Amino acid sequence: MANQDIALMAHLMRRAGFGATYEELQARAAKGYEATVEELLHPEEQPSIQMDLLERYFIDWKEMNNIETNQTYWTYRMVNTKRPLEEKMALFWHSILVVGNSKCEHGRQVRTQLERFRSQGLGSFKDTLLSLASDPAMIFYLDNQMSHKNAINENWGRELLELFSLGVGMDGKPNYSEDDVKVAARAFTGWTIGNSIPRYPYGRYLNNFFYNPNDHDDSEKTFLGETGRWNGEDVIDIICKQPSAARFVARHLYNFFVADEPQVPQWQRTPPKDMALIKQMEKAYFDSNYEIRSMLRVLFNSDSFKNARFARVKSPAEVVASTLKLVGGWESPKPGLQVIANEIRYMGQDLLNPPTVEGWHTGAEWIDSGTLVERINFCADQMGDTSKPGVQAIIKRLAAQGKSLTPNQLVDGCLESLGHYQLPQETRKHLVEHITKGGPVNTSSKDFGDRVAQVLQLIVSTQEYQFA
Amino acid sequence: MTSTKKDPVLVVLQLSGGNDALNTIVPYADPLYNDNRPIVRIPTDSVMPINDYIGFNPNMGPIKELYDQGKVAIIQGVGYPNPNRSHFRSMDIWHTCEPDKQGTEGWLGRAVKAIDPKGENVLTCVNFGRGLPRALVMPGVPIASVGNLETYGVLTGMEDEQRMEALDLFSRIYSPTMGRGPVVDYLSSTGMDALKGADILKEAPLKYSSSIEYGGDSVAQYMRSIAQVITADLGVRILYTTAPYNSFDTHAGELVTHAKLWTNVSQTVADFYADLKEHNATDNVTLLVFTEFGRRVHDNGSGSDHGSGGIAFVVGDNVVGGLHGEYPSLAADKLLEGDLQFNNDFRGLYSTLVEDWMGLDAKPVVGGSFEKISYIKK
Repeated sequence: MANQDIALMAHLMRRAGFGATYEELQARAAKGYEATVEELLHPEEQPSIQMDLLERYFIDWKEMNNIETNQTYWTYRMVNTKRPLEEKMALFWHSILVVGNSKCEHGRQVRTQLERFRSQGLGSFKDTLLSLASDPAMIFYLDNQMSHKNAINENWGRELLELFSLGVGMDGKPNYSEDDVKVAARAFTGWTIGNSIPRYPYGRYLNNFFYNPNDHDDSEKTFLGETGRWNGEDVIDIICKQPSAARFVARHLYNFFVADEPQVPQWQRTPPKDMALIKQMEKAYFDSNYEIRSMLRVLFNSDSFKNARFARVKSPAEVVASTLKLVGGWESPKPGLQVIANEIRYMGQDLLNPPTVEGWHTGAEWIDSGTLVERINFCADQMGDTSKPGVQAIIKRLAAQGKSLTPNQLVDGCLESLGHYQLPQETRKHLVEHITKGGPVNTSSKDFGDRVAQVLQLIVSTQEYQFA
Repeated sequence: MTSTKKDPVLVVLQLSGGNDALNTIVPYADPLYNDNRPIVRIPTDSVMPINDYIGFNPNMGPIKELYDQGKVAIIQGVGYPNPNRSHFRSMDIWHTCEPDKQGTEGWLGRAVKAIDPKGENVLTCVNFGRGLPRALVMPGVPIASVGNLETYGVLTGMEDEQRMEALDLFSRIYSPTMGRGPVVDYLSSTGMDALKGADILKEAPLKYSSSIEYGGDSVAQYMRSIAQVITADLGVRILYTTAPYNSFDTHAGELVTHAKLWTNVSQTVADFYADLKEHNATDNVTLLVFTEFGRRVHDNGSGSDHGSGGIAFVVGDNVVGGLHGEYPSLAADKLLEGDLQFNNDFRGLYSTLVEDWMGLDAKPVVGGSFEKISYIKK
């Protein structure tokens, strides 16, 4: 298998999933790039994670009430799923259509939303918005239960337009007016939650969506230029038809999968980095009746995507999950996973609890001196553990290359094994010097494994490893 | 501030989970207290009276001793309008000073920015614990977050000699002269900040010796680390630490848990003060102890549920010791949805610290003008 094919596959798997081991990359590259893209786009054809076995090991995974349990469970899924893009889409939508545990009755409520993102995430944007609008977690998070026929609460109406579907503006112009915000809020009056079952004595129950026609404003309204007695579904219908909705989704997909874009509030004035690709994705959006899968097919098969190597700063979830996949050892349930899942929070991404309705700021904004230290130390500690099956596999693979390795071969072998990372000349020079100081690299010597692990540790400590 | 004086230092201890104000500073003489707390009650004769109405929880002896010396300001009835009873949200509000919308900047992050606008000192602010509390978050402000002061740093999992070499290599790889695009450059300078911070901080435990033996719980150990950093004179101005995740969330079995928590916290606060005293460092250090909300007036038979109207403590040589604000009324018609009404906005509490202690303009830090509480000596 040609190196360039494996390098491209490593790129695809970092973006469309949470990375892959060298062995998996080889197998996928043999299958071919486009075939792999199709496989990723159809997660339903791959086996799902079997909960019954897992619940025997993690008894709290049955109820999923608290946030730590959910974070641990999600980490397990990111590492072990056979449907990597499904999990990536759950993370994508979770980062945009934000419900936070901080304002939620309990963690299980957020989890039901994640389940919907898993099953619907590649489907129609309209279906996703409809299920979002009737999600009790979202209704409570954005106060729609307090929006009444005679006294609207604009919170949901505003965020639906600003953060969930259109964005403030594009090509220098606003996408909606303040009146549209009010009308959206009016159209969604009556979309509320039913009475909750008391927590005591048996524990927590999920809230239910409840439509109250008596509290719905059924009068005529004009929304984005169209007049009628609009209800919530109609508003979502009209939203999905807008060119700005196509732009909004395309830009978010680009930022998440291709390269870091400016943060959302700047989108009205700052044009997309790659207008040609955005336009193609917008076309796919309308041609497919708003299907995300079609937009992603365009994206993953584009040259812009294939060439955008290491153009995104990894999110903390990506750092942890992709590193765990490489070092291995978490393929079956065992204690200690929560401690590792906590690392994602230490690195600044409290899963299921984004800081605000805007979600997390991405790109360089993930990094400060505290979170960078957490990233480096976590990755280096994992790579330095030569008892880990993934680290052993790398050592074995490099040992099979010959009796001795030049320092350059050792560096290249490690970079390849991690997924064809690239280092600038200067950094490589420092690494090679460092290895040279340690004497000739003899693959049968007793300290060979430790020397490989040390090079892996140094590579994952570089700036370059922070990029996907 | 005259030049002979040391820069003021602020230490914050966050009691996560919602400390039960009623069982901390106990209105022992109020019949309504006994009515509302049929079970989760501090017995009247065990309360250590402050006056003929309220007194200390019996497990707070060491803090009471400091109080008797005039070193403790008790800020009563502290909260904010339309109290939120979610831990996360309420703590967010205390952290960001944004009760109406979710904010992204922390009040102390803004204070650090005001102290050191160019980010020249990587150690203006140090957090003890893993992960950064939102109170300290501010774009472009370097803040060190220390899980363990003894082992803090980059590549700490490596063996000593190997690590020295690796750190040397790391500093060359991260040296910011490389010009590989703005994001890599930013990563490089951030990495160097972290390295620099760790280098300076590792001096602190080496320089430190003390006759005070702190307790073994994590709050005590982190307060000891804070004392180590303060006494090492590294120019750190704000230090922060947090009691373990929601430990004060006493829905059930409160009397036992709460007693243990306050036994530890009180001893730690007293140890911390004594430690600073031993190092002649009490004159420029003020400690704030706060929690995100108080608890419901009526107990639930075993503990107490989320409420509002809490209590905060400010400790140090420069505080005006005693009671500040009013103890909120327990009368049914004065309660807000079964909770104590606040009468001191926490942003006023902050404003006093920011202006009268740190010497900064409070308005941009706490997001507006709030009535200060005169608990700092002029």
